Amino acid sequence: MSEIQYQSAKTVKEAVKYMQAAKGKGYILAGGTDLLVQMKSGARSPGVIVDVKKIPEMVTVTEKNGSFTIGAATPAAVLGENKKLRKTWPGVIEACNLIGSTQVQGRASAGGNLCNASPAADSVPALVAAGCIVNVAGPTGKRKIPVEEFCTGPGKTSLKTGEIVVSLTLPKRPKNSSDAYLRLIPRTEMDIAVVGVGVSLTMKGDTVADARVGLGAVAPTVLLVKDAAKALIGSKLDDAALDAAAAACSAACNPINDKRGTIKYRTKIAGVLLKRSAMIARDRINGIEHRGHRPV
Amino acid sequence: MAKIHVNTTINGAPTEFLCDANQTLLDVLRDNLGLTGSKEGCGSGDCGACSVMVNGRLVCSCLVLAPEAQGMKIETIEGMAEGDKLHPLQKKFVEMAALQCGICTPGFLIASKALLEKYPNPTEDEVRYWLAGNLCRCTGYDKIVTAVLDVAAEMRESAR
Repeated sequence: MSEIQYQSAKTVKEAVKYMQAAKGKGYILAGGTDLLVQMKSGARSPGVIVDVKKIPEMVTVTEKNGSFTIGAATPAAVLGENKKLRKTWPGVIEACNLIGSTQVQGRASAGGNLCNASPAADSVPALVAAGCIVNVAGPTGKRKIPVEEFCTGPGKTSLKTGEIVVSLTLPKRPKNSSDAYLRLIPRTEMDIAVVGVGVSLTMKGDTVADARVGLGAVAPTVLLVKDAAKALIGSKLDDAALDAAAAACSAACNPINDKRGTIKYRTKIAGVLLKRSAMIARDRINGIEHRGHRPV
Repeated sequence: MAKIHVNTTINGAPTEFLCDANQTLLDVLRDNLGLTGSKEGCGSGDCGACSVMVNGRLVCSCLVLAPEAQGMKIETIEGMAEGDKLHPLQKKFVEMAALQCGICTPGFLIASKALLEKYPNPTEDEVRYWLAGNLCRCTGYDKIVTAVLDVAAEMRESAR
């Protein structure tokens, strides 16, 4: 255990250099809420821990021409306190703010949630619905990955050796747009999603002009459900459209049985949460507030 | 392997320590610095008994690596009372018997203080959700939640 090294990088370049030199034994330390637990259980044994929280662009939120870029290691609590970000992307923020306890919120980041690559990660379905782009830096330069293509399986990402996630970019929002994320857990707080659904909508009058749907915890990776979005686009979110979108979500499911839920249950709930999330997103476009349980 | 030298501030006092790369802040507080008020319940961020403030933010010290403390401001339960003068939350927890064995108490106090400094007028629902990451296995949460709500009301009253 004592051979572990700790490096605090000051720049993205430096972090990449440390990760490259570690030859696959390097782990990025953002909030550490997964990494430290995995180290303790023996699930991960880093050779080098690269702390990225001293890199300004990795712990700040910036806005340019209506598009937000979230530093990958920015704590979820900081995201929740950013009023403009919360107003523009309430679904993304409520998803980030559902990760763990208040204490965990003080450290856990959206970048870490993504790179941990759990199929049940709360922030990811909302980021998929939002059309988030993952900004990656590596030894050969920078590249951008659509968030739905980032994870390749449970605990697996498309990052190559030496590559790190620097930030997450959310696109500029058209008028009359909003989003929502709902998850089902067996209790009211502090648990892992049985199903998680993120929906992002743009309305024109009372008709859906654009939609994206992200579906979590029902497959090896979080899914972008294009058929569900198709069923919503052009509709007035009437029962027939919601039923069709729900059926598309259920059809996309490829879940496992575990102590939190059976295959049958998860498949059904995926559709139920799709409907509820879509209606919350529409409510938000119409100025009706929906908020969580923690104070804001 | 050489130890890492860390300069930090704990409860307002400049503090330095030597640690290994894989030691947690909780390990160092308890084992190196003798600040045993922060407790280790689970060691995996589930129970909140090791809650401390780092740069004004509530965190589990078992999920912070000790070397990260370089340049940080850390507040622990040892800094909550001023000498013999208990913080209103500490006083209320004693008065209302919002504790039994006491292992979870430092964490609840730190977390409750963080809540009231940020949100002086929380609802009961908000208190319960804010404290959802602090586990108590003997008192039951009602006394704790009532104590926090009482202190919130008293602090608002005295601030008027």
